[in-house]
Amino acid sequence: MILRLAPLLIVTLLVGPILAGLVMAMLPAFGYLPALGGTEFSLTPWRELFAQPGLARSVAISFSSGLVTTLISLTVVLLFLAGASGSRLDRWIRRMVSPLLSIPHAAAAFGLAFLIAPSGLISRLVSPGVTGWERPPDLLIVQDPWGLSLMAGLVIKEIPFLLLMSLAALPQLDPDRRVAMARSLGYRPTIAWLKAVMPALYPLIRLPVYAVIAYATSVVDVALILGPTLPPTLSVSILTWFHDPDLARRFMASAGAVLQLGVTAAALATWWCLECLVARLGRRWIDRGGRRRGELSLRLAGKGLILLATFTAFVGIASLALNSVAGFWRFPDVLPQGFTTSHWLRALPNLSGPVASTVLIATAATLIALVLTLAALENEQRTGRHPAQGRLVSSLGLLYLPLIVPQIAFLFGLVVVMESLGTRPQHALVIFGHLLFVLPYVFLSLSEAYRRFDPRWSQLALSLGASRNTAFWRVRLPMLLAPMLTACAVGLAVSIGQYLPTQLLGAGRVPTVTTEALSLAAGGNRRVIGVWALVQASLPLVGFIIAVGLPRLLWSNRRGMRGSP
Amino acid sequence: MPIRAFSALPLLLATPLLLATPLHADPDPGDWESVLDEARGQTVYWYAWAGEERTNDYIQWTGRQVAEQFDIELVHVKIGDTAEAVSRVLAEKQAGNHERGNVDLIWVNGENFATMKANDLLFGPWSEQAPHYPLTDPENTPAVRYDWTIPVDGLELPWSNSQVVFYYDTALVDEHPRSMPELLDWARENPGDFTYARVPNFLGNAFITQALLELSDDTERFYAPVEEADFEAATAPLWDFLDELHPHLWRSGRAFPANSAELRRLMGDGEISIGLSFSTTEASGAIANFELPDSVRSYVHDDGMIGNMSFLAIPYNAQHKAGAMVVADYLLSPEAQAEKQDPVVWGSNTVLSLDTLSEEDRARFQDIDLGIATLAPDELGQVLGQPHPSWVDALEAAWQARHVRN
Repeated sequence: MILRLAPLLIVTLLVGPILAGLVMAMLPAFGYLPALGGTEFSLTPWRELFAQPGLARSVAISFSSGLVTTLISLTVVLLFLAGASGSRLDRWIRRMVSPLLSIPHAAAAFGLAFLIAPSGLISRLVSPGVTGWERPPDLLIVQDPWGLSLMAGLVIKEIPFLLLMSLAALPQLDPDRRVAMARSLGYRPTIAWLKAVMPALYPLIRLPVYAVIAYATSVVDVALILGPTLPPTLSVSILTWFHDPDLARRFMASAGAVLQLGVTAAALATWWCLECLVARLGRRWIDRGGRRRGELSLRLAGKGLILLATFTAFVGIASLALNSVAGFWRFPDVLPQGFTTSHWLRALPNLSGPVASTVLIATAATLIALVLTLAALENEQRTGRHPAQGRLVSSLGLLYLPLIVPQIAFLFGLVVVMESLGTRPQHALVIFGHLLFVLPYVFLSLSEAYRRFDPRWSQLALSLGASRNTAFWRVRLPMLLAPMLTACAVGLAVSIGQYLPTQLLGAGRVPTVTTEALSLAAGGNRRVIGVWALVQASLPLVGFIIAVGLPRLLWSNRRGMRGSP
Repeated sequence: MPIRAFSALPLLLATPLLLATPLHADPDPGDWESVLDEARGQTVYWYAWAGEERTNDYIQWTGRQVAEQFDIELVHVKIGDTAEAVSRVLAEKQAGNHERGNVDLIWVNGENFATMKANDLLFGPWSEQAPHYPLTDPENTPAVRYDWTIPVDGLELPWSNSQVVFYYDTALVDEHPRSMPELLDWARENPGDFTYARVPNFLGNAFITQALLELSDDTERFYAPVEEADFEAATAPLWDFLDELHPHLWRSGRAFPANSAELRRLMGDGEISIGLSFSTTEASGAIANFELPDSVRSYVHDDGMIGNMSFLAIPYNAQHKAGAMVVADYLLSPEAQAEKQDPVVWGSNTVLSLDTLSEEDRARFQDIDLGIATLAPDELGQVLGQPHPSWVDALEAAWQARHVRN
């Protein structure tokens, strides 16, 4: 009985706050905000918004960075999967996925910024030897007006996400048999994968792809670090307006939040049209029956690009680590003039509080999400109702609403809603806020494994006289330990990375490593940022290590239950 | 069954208690003893910009002091932008939370203060009754009574004094400019070696305001609301100057650093060789922190530099007003102000008037070593007052309209 309520509970829990938050953003956008004397509806906020210098450009950059980021990340992931042949390199890249996913967006962005800046690490490595630069060249690379460095930063982080999602969905397609079949008809391996597996895979990863589009069109923290500035992306502009000392700008900011919703929706719609176009062209390509053209170049491109992205991310993080112990470090020195532990010693006494509340919030949100997810999935198994996969409008599809609706569009409204309900901003409220984002990811990570689980195990248990509950507790749960832990690790990582929900719902009074890192980032000291970014990145890593290590330890005598290698 | 009945008992007991609690009366600043009494045991949430570790360390030190002396627990709520705290108070007002606000104390000035005052978001007047207030010599120090020309009216207590200074790398610059026109000439000869923070960051605003004041013959009009003057005519020299300057800036003026910290990092990386700061001791502090080379020194323009004071204010709905008042007053004490001025700790200038202090307290300030890149008080020159906030708003908007690409 309680199980039946799980899907309903999930949907209410996720959709309610978002809708309420959107309404509270919508009202001020049309001039209604009594606390600031706005008691009548008007279009003035919109007129002000459209009079903002550079608005069109902001919108264009948000829109295009969303589409370009997704296009590149998805292409790289699909090409890599197509060309992967199970070699040692392929396995290594797969294993790198989890730690890459655990690096918070902001930390990865800082790493990339230090790598590619004119005074950055790459430039230092070749100066003055190759370039003759004694001082950094005056080139606009980071924060370029076209948002290229922003897109690069996002691509680095979205590739591991899409790869993980694809790897989770692939086994149910039985790709090996499909490829074998195609190969027996004379297709080269990469072409065979692209023609026989990819068309079936895409519908399964469509939702994660949409989440990437939504995220990339509305991201704040990465855009602050790598994005253009004159004007910045729409989301950053909105944040600035919300924080403008002139409170009257709140109306315009709300209108901006609504516009952001529209921009994200437009990007999604454009992508949907692209899907149709690609499907049509792709069918022709498949029908033509080409068996080998492009095989080698496609395979090399897939591998090369994913290696480049992985390598960039890790070197970026390594350079942050170097910064965290650096003394004075002038261009064009490749290494600092001296090393010091003072940055770490200064930060250590302040670490315990934020680390403790980060762990508390992440654990609580993840456990709640796990319980709800298991309940919903188990209910699905027992009632035999399977939601249509990959479709947006199934009732549980609403689960992904928090991933599609831009945070900036509803969080400010949600704060007002919570204030009206009289909830005190404490850990519980922050946990609730994190749950909005943790739950979809946990569900996304766990559902495929759960649905794929061979029903004959449970049937066997039932036929031996076990009740459904016993079958669940003693057969299904233990056998699904590995995917459950992976889902938890993803949930922890998502929670640890949250900035806006923590800061807004916690009234700033609930410090986590991420809020600390970003408020110190406002100070721009790369050494301090290095310390905090490393702490921020290492916490989720612990989660992933446990997720990989625990099943191996527990099931040291049962190879089949240790999870994927 | 008995168990269930039992579990409801605490709730039943609590209900009349909740109803019986009277609406909380605000503390009376005129009776400081009662304020001290009421403050005892309170937890004060201080929303303060946290971008600088030295600031955060100083606030922690304050926390230890007030815990010991007044039995107050001080919590530093770290924010990246003061407006976040203003947003919070506004959201509470919007939701009808007039009694139990989260924000007890804000570090504030200028535009944020003007906004909060205009929207009735502040508690007070209280600051003129604070025991340490007379030490600022308010009679002879207009900066204490007017925050960017807006009358303070006892709604905030002075805390910190800041003045804009330029800093330059003596290893790269032979002779530093002494005025805005000289800066332009210098930038022409050294393209890409200077930039300022992006408007509307407060340091960016300070730079264009400084240029405006230096380049105008008549500066009186900037201290009245902008509506009373001809904005176009008054600011024409500024825009001409910026149009000439920008092509010679870092990245040819196509991008600007976000804030003073990013500007400092550019200086540390050797991307620029002249920068500016709103803290006279920033360069010394950054050298000690390995962020700047020890060849960096500070300088000021001949006609004086923009300066202002920052304050501590209490929102109208703060839950711990008494505690906030006691903390604010402690921060104004000679002991706390001297600690703050020490560049090893933070290096933020005092708002106290040294003449009003006792011999012993004055010695605290005179013994401070200001650091190699810090100008002595008599080298800082004349302080130019901040124009009326409406000018800054108008300047921001005009700058953006001119320099943001469409």
